[in-house]
Amino acid sequence: MFRVEVSVKSGFPEPRGEALQKDIRDLGIATAEQVRVSDIYLLEGKLSHKEVNIICRELLADPVVEEYSIGEAPLVAIEDEHVHDIEVAYNLGLMDPVEESVRKGILDLGITTVEAVKTAKRYYLRGELSAGDIELIRDKLLVNSAVQHVVTSQEKVSLPSAIYSFSLEEVDLLALDDDGLTRLGEEKLGLNLNELKRIQSYFSKLGRNPIDVELETLAQTWSEHCKHKTFKSRIRLGEEVIDNLLKSTIMRVTEELNKPWCLSTFKDNSGVIDFDGRYALCFKVETHNHPSAIDPYGGASTGIGGCIRDPLGTGLGSRPIAATGVFCFAPPDFPHDKLPPGILHPRRILKGVRAGAADYGNRLGVPIINGALLFDERYLANPVVTCGTIGLMPKSAAQMGRQQPGDLVVVVGCRTGRDGIGGVTFASAGLTGEAEAVSPSSVQGNPIAEKKLIDVLLKARDRGLYRRITDCGGGGLSSAVGEMAAETGVRVDLEKVPLKYSGLSYTEIWLSESQERMLLAVPAASAEKLISLFASEDVEATVIGEFTNDKRLKLFYQGNLVGDLDMEFLHNGLPQLEREAVWQPAQYAEPDFAPPPDLGDDLKRILSSWNVCSKEWVIRQYDHEVQGGSILKPLVGVNNDGPGDAAIIRPVLDSDMGVIIANGINPKYGDIDPYWMAASAVDEALRQVIAVGGSLRRVALLDNFSWGNPEKPDRLGGLVRAAQGCYDTALAYEAPFISGKDSLYNEYETEEETICIPPTLLISAMAVMENVARAVSMDCKQEGDRLYIVGTTYNELGGSHYYSIHGFVGDRVPRVNPQRGKKLMDTLSAAMEKGLVKACHDLSEGGIGVAAAEMAFAGGLGVTLHLGKAPLGEPIARNDSILFSESNTRFLVEVAPEDSQRFEAAMKGVTFAAIGEVTKGDRFEVYGIKGERVVSIALAELKEAWQKPLRW
Amino acid sequence: MAKVRTLILRAPGTNCDEETAFSFEQAGSLVDSAHVNELVRGEKLLSQYQILVIPGGFTYGDDISAGKILANELRLKLGEDIQRFVDGGGLILGICNGFQVLVKAGILPPVENGKSQRLTLAGNDSNSFECRWVYLSVDQKSPCIFTRGISTLYLPVAHGEGKVMAEPETLSELNVVVRYADEGGNVQAGYPHNPNGSADNIAGICDGSGRIFALMPHPERFIRWTQHPRWAREAPRQHGDGFGIFLNAVDWVKSS
Repeated sequence: MFRVEVSVKSGFPEPRGEALQKDIRDLGIATAEQVRVSDIYLLEGKLSHKEVNIICRELLADPVVEEYSIGEAPLVAIEDEHVHDIEVAYNLGLMDPVEESVRKGILDLGITTVEAVKTAKRYYLRGELSAGDIELIRDKLLVNSAVQHVVTSQEKVSLPSAIYSFSLEEVDLLALDDDGLTRLGEEKLGLNLNELKRIQSYFSKLGRNPIDVELETLAQTWSEHCKHKTFKSRIRLGEEVIDNLLKSTIMRVTEELNKPWCLSTFKDNSGVIDFDGRYALCFKVETHNHPSAIDPYGGASTGIGGCIRDPLGTGLGSRPIAATGVFCFAPPDFPHDKLPPGILHPRRILKGVRAGAADYGNRLGVPIINGALLFDERYLANPVVTCGTIGLMPKSAAQMGRQQPGDLVVVVGCRTGRDGIGGVTFASAGLTGEAEAVSPSSVQGNPIAEKKLIDVLLKARDRGLYRRITDCGGGGLSSAVGEMAAETGVRVDLEKVPLKYSGLSYTEIWLSESQERMLLAVPAASAEKLISLFASEDVEATVIGEFTNDKRLKLFYQGNLVGDLDMEFLHNGLPQLEREAVWQPAQYAEPDFAPPPDLGDDLKRILSSWNVCSKEWVIRQYDHEVQGGSILKPLVGVNNDGPGDAAIIRPVLDSDMGVIIANGINPKYGDIDPYWMAASAVDEALRQVIAVGGSLRRVALLDNFSWGNPEKPDRLGGLVRAAQGCYDTALAYEAPFISGKDSLYNEYETEEETICIPPTLLISAMAVMENVARAVSMDCKQEGDRLYIVGTTYNELGGSHYYSIHGFVGDRVPRVNPQRGKKLMDTLSAAMEKGLVKACHDLSEGGIGVAAAEMAFAGGLGVTLHLGKAPLGEPIARNDSILFSESNTRFLVEVAPEDSQRFEAAMKGVTFAAIGEVTKGDRFEVYGIKGERVVSIALAELKEAWQKPLRW
Repeated sequence: MAKVRTLILRAPGTNCDEETAFSFEQAGSLVDSAHVNELVRGEKLLSQYQILVIPGGFTYGDDISAGKILANELRLKLGEDIQRFVDGGGLILGICNGFQVLVKAGILPPVENGKSQRLTLAGNDSNSFECRWVYLSVDQKSPCIFTRGISTLYLPVAHGEGKVMAEPETLSELNVVVRYADEGGNVQAGYPHNPNGSADNIAGICDGSGRIFALMPHPERFIRWTQHPRWAREAPRQHGDGFGIFLNAVDWVKSS
């Protein structure tokens, strides 16, 4: 074995080392004088020294800035007491995609004898560092023990080749009593007693015990992740009984609105709407919370990778055209010494998640155009990581396909390994302090493998080579094949599934969650063409079985029947859950403190709060322009750095139509009442659509609930409230839901307490825009223009950022009147379509104060506001309440003086008022109810307060 | 007159091919795209095209270093075809990853057989992927046919490895076409105007004939006014700045 070390030539700058040095300083260690990083490649195979030299010179090392050394031993300790070296590698079995690329690169050089490649990184830390310092740097920055290890002695390059010898594993289910069933359910399957009894009686009627793979298949199919058992359960809330929360709220909106442009909702891998009669758009948003808590980089990258496969597996397949990312973490300044054991620091999770999402999205060429970043200490152990993907397809490909008996089951894309076995059942149970120890083998993403798959799949779609498609996600083949074959039946020969390495049992093959795989139903006559098309772009396509007409799931391994389940039982045998819910309004008293005479400092504090501050550091590292469709970017304004409300892209380059992507989320309101949190989130997502020049004519919504343990009645009560808020609000706004997802059990138990995440509902919106030239950005455009407030301000500061910086929650949570809201949004949208509005910004966190400040510094223009002119829904005597109230359905709008009469006429019938003007100066000034000046700050100071916190 | 034919080269991880194809179509060319395998297997022939484009993306994940694996593939498997294409008067445009590929394949600046590449594109000084708009100043002495009649450009960059590095002697021999500048045209401006720390603020270079051109910024992302980050606040223009690059290429082929 050869060990190649590639490092930057001395004297050349080393940005990677410098970045790490900065992270080390952030840990409080100031004595690392120099940090260098080298890349290690272990090459196994019959190679001459000369060949290794060629590999280094022509492939591994850059001739201008890098040098290399070749060693035959795996690792040599260095002898310099001032330099500490640590070498870190991924655990065996976790493929670093680079390894595959290196092998290809070596083959291209004509060298065919390399059998295995493994990569590692070696860090050299120079300086006075104690053993404790080194340990801290290693554990906090360099090694994530869930997926990596420190290389100590002989590092293995490849997994020892393992031989699996077949033996049928029966589970003695029939003999188990209730205690035994309960234990099996809790420890292995994630099913409850009632569910297991149903399974027991199924097998008892058959007169046999289940094979392990049958039981696992049932556990996967009946998991919370796949079946959304809580949302479909029978819930008792006081006197009320709710039979299937999902159907009676979220899906009911869609059913009652019955919009003809909703082409496919709640049945496929994503929701589909008509774009322009020629094309259709689909949208799916997924949470990937648990994996991101353990391995932030891998969790987020597979999160976005998996979410991209949803539109790819929708209808007959769509091309991913944009992505979103909404993440919730504990504050980055959380004290290290308060961190519970086994939990990664939020700063590390944030950096890892950001990098994982960006690396995957950027490599794949899907622009991440919209998102949010929210912070609350309760996300410490359970971060919320949400990724969304929008796809575009010909309208003719919008509907799910249908296979015929005799069609072949074809798996395409990457090979199958032991990745993530048990991931689904894991996602359905709470985390404990043992999170790291019990984590299933993590799943790693390979964006280039996925890109290859997308490119060739869409060719196959256009050539009509398959009849149906779905993605392999949670549950792997067991879910994908099981669901696709529900109406027909299927037989699968598991030994035909191509494997990454030997030694997998039939059960592991069936359950593996290896990434970058899709499943196709291919007519036998097309199979050869399809396989050779895939081969032409170096993507594997393999026939693993055949669809039948016996409505049974039959699994074979080397000719042995290893599973035989009735599709009807598999898909409809799950007993409905019965759940108890309670709801009691939270009791947070309205605070009582004297209003500060000057509100400038408080405004700056809100602008500097983690939730509100500039997210430019994240956005600039996403390629948000790729595919060339960008219309309104996430950052807008005179210096391209203001916070845009929603993103707009042109999905079809030769058309003038656009699609608007927006989101609404505010967990702080959920602490007071999840109903109004949900209503506010819907309102916010729609406000953003309107603010950029869109309309409510064709807006589709998606819901993502991240919640605590639904078996606890108070958590479930909140969930019911939130779902009801979604129903009432979306229905009145005539915005149907097209898809959704829930992630429950986001709780963490320590010895002393249970930490439950705040109720977190993300509403994502996708709106069709007739003409992208009508887009409006939020930055102030010109001095002398008028500023109008549109909408009514109430004394609603419950859950507001203003209360939060003063240490209060409050009680008066912002409410929504969607009937009035719809009229207001329709009216404003019509005025904007007439071209009467030069800038528009939606009011959310921080109310009028934050929105006006953002418009001012994004435009590089001064603003003067008069709070006394704001239309109030109730008497408010305090300036701070008016300036920072977070009442919904409000906008700040900039109108040229010459258009103001026409604007006012267009706005007739809804509440609005001129509240200020855009000024030439560099000052942001606010005058109070009595005409007194309550804020006067230089724009630069406000902007600095807003930009500083996340300028990393 | 025969139509101009442009070939967009695809490889695993190429991701700016469609908008680049669209840009050439808008400029009046017929456009095909080919997977590198199709060229290697001879299923598509370079000789049937006048313009070859290596678009942006992360070919082979940019694993090892950006563009390296595709560069070797071109050098080792398509080297002769490309040399013939160049000798026959063809145009080559490399954008972002295409720039990295052309440099590491020894096509731009041209590296003589047996010699080693003397210029490279290293990791950005910021150690970050940077997606931002930059001002570019076109060197009026440059023979580049793609930038004829253009003096400044405003275009987005989106890359993590775009820092031009070489010994001073190599730098002085380069045909620099575009340099990062500030809004006033100062080509010594630092970060973020120079988003990666490139030597001499170099953003793009060409060969001595001016027919092989590569740059880090993305002209295909600004062919229409509505792609400008401030189009919603500034007076409209008919085309984006990048469009002229495609038009020049197509017009040059038409007229030659």
